[in-house]
Amino acid sequence: MEHDIDTGPLSWRPPATAAAGTHPFRLVTRREVLAGAVAGSAFAVALPLGLSRKAHADSTAGGLANVRGGDATPGLFIAIAPDGAVNITSHRSEMGQQVWTSIAQIIAEELVADWERVNVVQAIGHPRYGDQNTDGSRSIRRNLTRLRYAGAGMQHMLRAAAAARWDVDVAECVAANHEVSHPASGRKAGYGELAAEAARLPVPGEADITLTPRAKWRYIGKPVPSVTVPKIVRGQGTFGIDVQLPDMAVAVIARPPQLFGSVREVDDSAALKVPGVIRTVTLPALEAPASFKPLGGVAVIAEDTWSAIRGRQALKVDWDTGPNGDYDSAQYRETLLETARAPGQVRMDRGDVDAALEDADKHISADYYAPHLAQSPMEPPAATARWTGDTVECWACVQAPQSARGTVAGVCGIEPDAVTINVTWLGGGFGRKSKPDFVAEAALLAREVGRPVKVTWTREDDLQHGYLHSVSAQHLEGALDNDGKCTAFLHRTVFPPIPSTFQAGAEDPSWGELRLGASDNPFAVPNFRLETGAAPAKVRIGWLRSVANVYHAFAVQSFAAELAAAAKRDPKDFLLELIGPPRLIDPNDEGAEYDNYGDSLDEYPIDTARLANVVRVVADKAKWGRRLPDGHGLGIAVHRSFLSYVATVIEVAVDDSGTLSIPGVWSVIDAGTVVNTRHVKAQVEGGTLYGLSNALYGQLTAKDGAIEQSNFPQWRVMRISEAPRSVDVTIVDSDAPPGGVGEPPTPPAAPALTNAIYAATGQRIRELPLFGMVGNKLATGEGRS
Amino acid sequence: MSTKISVNGRMHELDVDPAMPLLWVLRDRLGFTGTKFGCGVAQCGACTVHIDGKPTRSCVTPVGSVANAEVVTVEAVSGPEADAVRAAWEGIDVPQCGYCQSGQVMSAVALLRDVPDPDDAAIDRAMDGNLCRCATYARIRRGIHDAAATLKSKR
Repeated sequence: MEHDIDTGPLSWRPPATAAAGTHPFRLVTRREVLAGAVAGSAFAVALPLGLSRKAHADSTAGGLANVRGGDATPGLFIAIAPDGAVNITSHRSEMGQQVWTSIAQIIAEELVADWERVNVVQAIGHPRYGDQNTDGSRSIRRNLTRLRYAGAGMQHMLRAAAAARWDVDVAECVAANHEVSHPASGRKAGYGELAAEAARLPVPGEADITLTPRAKWRYIGKPVPSVTVPKIVRGQGTFGIDVQLPDMAVAVIARPPQLFGSVREVDDSAALKVPGVIRTVTLPALEAPASFKPLGGVAVIAEDTWSAIRGRQALKVDWDTGPNGDYDSAQYRETLLETARAPGQVRMDRGDVDAALEDADKHISADYYAPHLAQSPMEPPAATARWTGDTVECWACVQAPQSARGTVAGVCGIEPDAVTINVTWLGGGFGRKSKPDFVAEAALLAREVGRPVKVTWTREDDLQHGYLHSVSAQHLEGALDNDGKCTAFLHRTVFPPIPSTFQAGAEDPSWGELRLGASDNPFAVPNFRLETGAAPAKVRIGWLRSVANVYHAFAVQSFAAELAAAAKRDPKDFLLELIGPPRLIDPNDEGAEYDNYGDSLDEYPIDTARLANVVRVVADKAKWGRRLPDGHGLGIAVHRSFLSYVATVIEVAVDDSGTLSIPGVWSVIDAGTVVNTRHVKAQVEGGTLYGLSNALYGQLTAKDGAIEQSNFPQWRVMRISEAPRSVDVTIVDSDAPPGGVGEPPTPPAAPALTNAIYAATGQRIRELPLFGMVGNKLATGEGRS
Repeated sequence: MSTKISVNGRMHELDVDPAMPLLWVLRDRLGFTGTKFGCGVAQCGACTVHIDGKPTRSCVTPVGSVANAEVVTVEAVSGPEADAVRAAWEGIDVPQCGYCQSGQVMSAVALLRDVPDPDDAAIDRAMDGNLCRCATYARIRRGIHDAAATLKSKR
């Protein structure tokens, strides 16, 4: 069978002359960088941050402190050693999206550096870097321009140093392949040789800098291989759980089974008898709002992880269930669906939906339900803390190190400046690791125990005490006229909102969640209404890869196909008709509070031409309309999120027994300008399959307030035999500003899948997941809603 | 209690409970952190090591049971199959976050030693115990086929 992954790896070689095939990348410790700086011959990167404790106090801050996207002062991101090694600091967390590689590409491009002499190091969490929260698919879209200026600024300083040395005009000095030359006189000097002199020069301003034109890019937009993979395949690199400090103890925590539950009584006598167990610590009970604070419970401190786990097994804790002991997700599902079926709070209203539904030739309605999900990164949360006097240093797999810093400071009652957050590699994040509760646990315990402590979450902890992707119920109604045109579209969405985690009692879906696939509805329908219903949160609600887009796209894109079926039209043609003519949409004009993922609608409009284009391209790639074998079906879905457009076609095969397989997936992304085509494709493959895995298998349920699933396989994740054999990804060639990449592939996956199942079998699936703990066999007949 | 184990060709004598899973001995006691913890119940494969050449979930393997065996971890696995797998993984950047990939690499190397040119069904059988939440499965499959082709060309 063809394995259709066009990774484009062989088409790219480092353009520099250095020998390819070696992998010079390594995780340079901050100490090594620091040593170079002390020697007086490298730019001091990150060094002033820990010492000065004052943002913007660095004397090198100059003409690039306020470029688009933030501070592009070269020394923040680039250190050049005397031997010419370029150490680039990634201020974004590496969690598989290959941000180390893309940041290095951007800087190396403008620095005109030799790729073989570039190393990447990880930044600590510090406000000086600007936003470091590695979620929202924003590393590239918010930093591309800024990092180009940082690289170009450094390049300018190196040329200026050479010009001063040779007493010539800087404009006559040329940077190429890691050296500066003066063609008129034939003089040359390497970057390492010039670094110390360049470091003493002022940072140029934006006006002094000419960025490399797109046509001349050598690194940006190319399928540059990952700088982390050579380490990964050798078991190298440090994840959060891998941190080891001298004299370190390990903690495993028994947390209250229910949110806001608490410890009534502990009997730790058996736990303390387990060899290796040092002591137990009862943590303070959590008070609302949950925010990023630790959940409380009883920690078992031991000399090693296994002893801590065994010690926890031996603990006897009498829990007070608190206010959420009544949570039963099966019952809650009924309540959510009832709310969704009744008129809700009107959030957007265009035309007269009720009249249009009344006048319809066909009026259809459908209810959709999707359960709680866990992000479940393969590396469960883990953090290590070490106190020195009144300051604490932490090492953790966090997406948001500044948030971790503030949380640790708040929970420990110290100033943020007394907290250092070292960011390790992340064994997956998917939103879980932007919530730093586990780092605060480590800090509290290390202070209490008086030695460094690593807190390890087991898989059970990860599933039972997480920040859950919201359960949701949605009710949709649509009107078709005599010509089969959609004249009205009602979307009612009900889910416990993320704000409930940060503000006790918040029950109404927020605009911040509605903007994710509901208030930005792109359909050219004359009558449209968006309504919401309230839902109290009974667990911590958090974000998961692409957040509310997941369930909103599932309902909206499923319903589009249901309308097409009712109109007896081809789903792809009908979808294009719903999207309508090329135009720019502003939901604010229709009563929404719409922030467009924090970027301007002028620069990143909701552009129906781009939305329709990815539909057409993916239909073409999948050969939409072709003859299919018996039992096969094609489904299509499209969604704009995080400022990018993704359309997906899925081919399913359902055999006589009802067993489902997925022979093919085609996905097209228009993310504007992309930095690394190889890794954008990888993100589209992985993001699509993440959505499929959740739709097929993902489900957390609760009984008496506690999550019922404890580990794999009760929490089921797609395995290789269940994965599509072929995943074909196309990147739309575009010079539009960069959009997000990590999240946009996920939302169209579920509706493309269920639309394909409908095409293959006539069975409409409106409730996720499709399958339980085992098997891939569809329920037959009317078994499902 | 003293337990002797051979890891990556070197004998270690440890004062450790023989019931302690090999995973935690490797990670917490010997510093071989390339072998990962993902579930603790042999359901995800992140902890896969070779014991006398066989891919084994170290999270459910008591260290006392491998006293006379040769344990090899991702840090040291070697030979033509290991070289081919690493080259293939780098060639198309199979890993994303990489956390499960030490287990994927160990399972893939063991598969290729057993079946030099596996078909898709053999890949499914050998790799189904290794979860990847980044869902790099299409590239894992392609990586194994690429590694098999490399091995074939060198025979």
